[in-house]
Amino acid sequence: MNYEILLPNSSFKECAEYIKKNFKEIYYVPAGYKIFDNYLVGIPPIPIAVDNSDIIMPYVKPCHGCFVLRIPGKEEVMGLRAGKS
Amino acid sequence: MKALLMMGCPELPVQTAAALYIANKLDREGFEVIIAGNKAAISLLLNSDPEKHYIKKVMDLDRCIGALAEKKMDFDLCFVFIHSDSGISYLATIKSISKAKTIAVIFGKEIEPLIEESTDSVIIAAKAVHNPTPLQAKIDGVKSWAALTR
Repeated sequence: MNYEILLPNSSFKECAEYIKKNFKEIYYVPAGYKIFDNYLVGIPPIPIAVDNSDIIMPYVKPCHGCFVLRIPGKEEVMGLRAGKS
Repeated sequence: MKALLMMGCPELPVQTAAALYIANKLDREGFEVIIAGNKAAISLLLNSDPEKHYIKKVMDLDRCIGALAEKKMDFDLCFVFIHSDSGISYLATIKSISKAKTIAVIFGKEIEPLIEESTDSVIIAAKAVHNPTPLQAKIDGVKSWAALTR
């Protein structure tokens, strides 16, 4: 997957705040929300931002904490805007 | 009765010992136990129990989250192993996607903030990194895990 790390090795709350502070188009999804064939882990409601055709989302790994990733995803952007859950 | 043990990063040695200990207790109470973790956490368990006396079923962590989110499986009890912020995220996720009663198994050096974040779960917590004895004592404080399912 083509992605850019915007915020590395942080807490989930720091990542959620980063997304809410730095982006305008925010959608809130439940834990377990499926996006990019991945089920989101985190404290719901989980903020996901849309920036042009990119998704900005938190990504939790057991050994490395939480990251904020920017991932190109036109279909996922359309899904979020259409209210897919 | 079914129980899930959701492992965190295996960097703290007590996690593997605690998981084997809890799995054994659950097995003796008649639980079907599945342990989910990343590759390293599962490898540590399977290497510690090569004859599978305590570990009956294992599962990749991401696949476990997916199966719970898709409602393809669920449990009566879910033990979430927590020694960092990531564990809190996994606990919140389990509480959101599963009907299981959650048990937060908290260990490490700085356990107080993790306990504060786990208030809606049964908490088994001890300052433990290398020596599992303090955590084992807390686990032994629960006389029946099956009672939590009633």
